[in-house]
Amino acid sequence: MKVLMTEYLRIDLDAENWECRVCDHTIGSARGNYKEGLLVYNRDPADIHPHIIDPEKYRFTFCPDKDWVNILEFYCPSCGTQIEVEYALPGHEPLYDMEVDLDALKEQWSHREEITEVTIGPDVLGERQQHSHSH
Amino acid sequence: MNDKLSAEAVLEDQELVAKFLQDTTLFLGPDPDIMRHHDIMPCTDYEAECVAKHGDPHQMASIRDRMQSACDESYEMLEQMGAAPGAKWGDVITGIYSASGDLTIGSAGGVLIFSVLVHHPIKFIIKNWIHEPTVGLKEGDGFIHNDSRYGNVHNTDQSMIMPIYHEGKLVCWVASTVHEGENGAIEPGGMPSMAETPFDEGLKMSPFKVVENYEIKKDLLTFLQNSVREPKLQYEDMKVKLFACMRLEKRIKEILALDGPDALTACMRSTNDNVKAEVRRRIAEWPDMTVRTYCTMDSTLRENALIKLNCTLTKKGDRLIFDLTGSSPEITNRAINTALPGAKGMIAQVFLNHIWPDLPRGQAAFAPIEFITPPCSIVDGSVNAPNSQSLMSIFLSFTVAQHATAKFLYSLPKKYTRVLAPWYNMISTYIWGGMNQHGEMLGNLCADLNGMGGGARMDMDGEHAMAPIFASMADIGEQEMNEEDVPFLQLVSKKMTTNTQAPGKYRGGMGYTQIVATKDSDQWGFMTTCVGSKAPPIQGLFGGYACGAYPLCKVEDVDVYDVMLTEPERFKHSIVETMNEQPYENAKYSSHHMGMGFSLSKRGELYMISQGSGGGYGDVLERDPALVIKDIEERLLTPDWARKLYKVAFDDETLIVDEEATAKLRADYREQRKKQGVPYAEFVKKHVQSEPPKDIPFYGSWNSDLSVVYAGSNDDKRDPQDPGPVYFTNPKDVEIAALESELEAIRKKTGILPRDNRK
Ligand SMILES: [Zn+2]
Repeated sequence: MKVLMTEYLRIDLDAENWECRVCDHTIGSARGNYKEGLLVYNRDPADIHPHIIDPEKYRFTFCPDKDWVNILEFYCPSCGTQIEVEYALPGHEPLYDMEVDLDALKEQWSHREEITEVTIGPDVLGERQQHSHSH
Repeated sequence: MNDKLSAEAVLEDQELVAKFLQDTTLFLGPDPDIMRHHDIMPCTDYEAECVAKHGDPHQMASIRDRMQSACDESYEMLEQMGAAPGAKWGDVITGIYSASGDLTIGSAGGVLIFSVLVHHPIKFIIKNWIHEPTVGLKEGDGFIHNDSRYGNVHNTDQSMIMPIYHEGKLVCWVASTVHEGENGAIEPGGMPSMAETPFDEGLKMSPFKVVENYEIKKDLLTFLQNSVREPKLQYEDMKVKLFACMRLEKRIKEILALDGPDALTACMRSTNDNVKAEVRRRIAEWPDMTVRTYCTMDSTLRENALIKLNCTLTKKGDRLIFDLTGSSPEITNRAINTALPGAKGMIAQVFLNHIWPDLPRGQAAFAPIEFITPPCSIVDGSVNAPNSQSLMSIFLSFTVAQHATAKFLYSLPKKYTRVLAPWYNMISTYIWGGMNQHGEMLGNLCADLNGMGGGARMDMDGEHAMAPIFASMADIGEQEMNEEDVPFLQLVSKKMTTNTQAPGKYRGGMGYTQIVATKDSDQWGFMTTCVGSKAPPIQGLFGGYACGAYPLCKVEDVDVYDVMLTEPERFKHSIVETMNEQPYENAKYSSHHMGMGFSLSKRGELYMISQGSGGGYGDVLERDPALVIKDIEERLLTPDWARKLYKVAFDDETLIVDEEATAKLRADYREQRKKQGVPYAEFVKKHVQSEPPKDIPFYGSWNSDLSVVYAGSNDDKRDPQDPGPVYFTNPKDVEIAALESELEAIRKKTGILPRDNRK
């Protein structure tokens, strides 16, 4: 059985691995940090958050200061999907952000049906739209 | 036998000593026994009796519904009649509390955080004033409170608290709270960033009786009015809060008449017990896991510094534990610390608004959640720490909680809301004050603080300038209405700030530009109180990005009202045009961090800010090209930037997407990522430093070592359990020291002597 853990990650409970949901690549042991199986890139903030005002003239430009924050991008080495982004203190180690108790997860899902399409939650917007159609 | 006797004697002695101490306490300060607990109170014998007697779920639901509508009705009263801008735009709440002080139901609208925090002052009143012969408690009494060291968020929020009686017996409490703004602090508007001690923060009301027999005591009222810049507001809103409480009382008396006090008590007790049990059941559904995250404040609102708020969230069985160890020590002379309940209350908002909005809006929904916080830290400040800008640390507490919980929620088979990226978390607005055009002294803020960009959701974009993280269904106000009372105009407002989105498969909701200029007063000024001009205060989710940075821009030495009369075409409607084109000759253009202390403004000078974007969700390469084009059409993105960010090919004229070329661009970009990305171990080896950056003052833990916190330099390491004081130098003194050393160097070079060389 597989458990959908994030938009791009799932855990194969039997093989005990993290997998990429986009390309099915095996990333690493589900008893460890999935980031260890990914590629990392230290992104220049200006690539994502442009200098709205001229950096030659102004100290604060809407673009984060790259000496004050690192934008770490984590990619699937097989399909290049951006699985995670971390806004990190400069030079700070990436976080071991999801440390799963795999045995507990196995036990929990032994009482559940496998889910292959993620559940969204109550569709309040849909109800509102339907309501307005009827007028 | 002797042993037993002496044990009894010791016990008696202890009781005597305790009673003696209680009778002779010189000051009833904030009570840790009350302030450190957020769980519901133990069930009393009477409550148990009532619950045993009244088991009919229909009756209980009916009483609960009437309590809810009573809260919503009194909330409407506060919003309609309140004079404070905060009241008009929904920064208020009303609630009904059990006889022991637990909030059972809060109003559906408004600032829910108050609800998790007003039980503290009620419990203080119960513990200290009911049996105090000089105070006492009877029907028709009302208590006022605003000091966050005794409960609630910050002392700009004032509460009115009233006991409800039935045939001479206390059955429950009601309270109404409003963000009043002005409170007599060293800066107008109630949230001074300049406060360096709690004594700079204005009125600090521990709970005291200000109403008897449903009448406000005029002597105390006059004292309060005399202590603030807006005496009329102080009076008006005390009355409004009192009337809201009296309406709640009227509705509760209707319940008492129909169902009786036992049924009401049973309803309150069983609601809280059932909600608490349901929360435990829901937590048990989450995966057992530890999630780690942190956010940073890039300023103290006085100077730039990197201040970490660290969060380790662990779920095991039906327990959920927030451990904020590793967060910065409290800053002894800066206002950004919070008392612990503020941080907890804000995290409660995550659950009540964004995770389980279907649960009754009371204290029980948060009761089972556990906390570990380092003492004397920015999230658990001591009574000596100023906290008038506690919003900074409580908003970051909200964000780490929202970010961490999202990683638990995704896998759940049953969800109560959508998983979403962190909301924008700063109040990008103008706090203002001075003499208005009618000659009245004012101090308050623009309701635009409520316009925070919503986080992107798992299946759709975030909503623009949607709602503040501390309230749902709040309003951003009508500027034209405000302008009747204030001497400035918002020359540009409600216009989205192009190219400032937090990108992702779904982007965060964006914020709008606010350009203001004073017009009809020569005693008027503004302040702004946000972090995030150098480093974003939020995170994105699952491969989505956070927002960018947001500065304050100023244009001085210009009167744009004159410009508008003579050369109106010169006036520019965006920050980018104004700052880059510099349309006003001889004017001074400058950018700043968003912690601007109160500064007087001259007629026609421009202050320009933008609200921030909520976090993005998912990989930008998965964004539907149609959504990218829609953003271009709505001028949220420029075409060039859209292309660069999202790798979409389209025609400049028609904006028609070339699907094939887009697919190729995106496939190529995935290949490029695989080339530029470095395997994790290699990256860590090259990138990770054993200490914080040397040139930036840093506060908090570094890497995964939580046994030490830094306090401003790599030589200054503290014990997180006992960090000691942390002082900042006045930024003006820092500036003077820098100028003096520059001057010294010039003197050495040129031989110019100082005016006076004597020591
Ligand atoms: Zn993949």
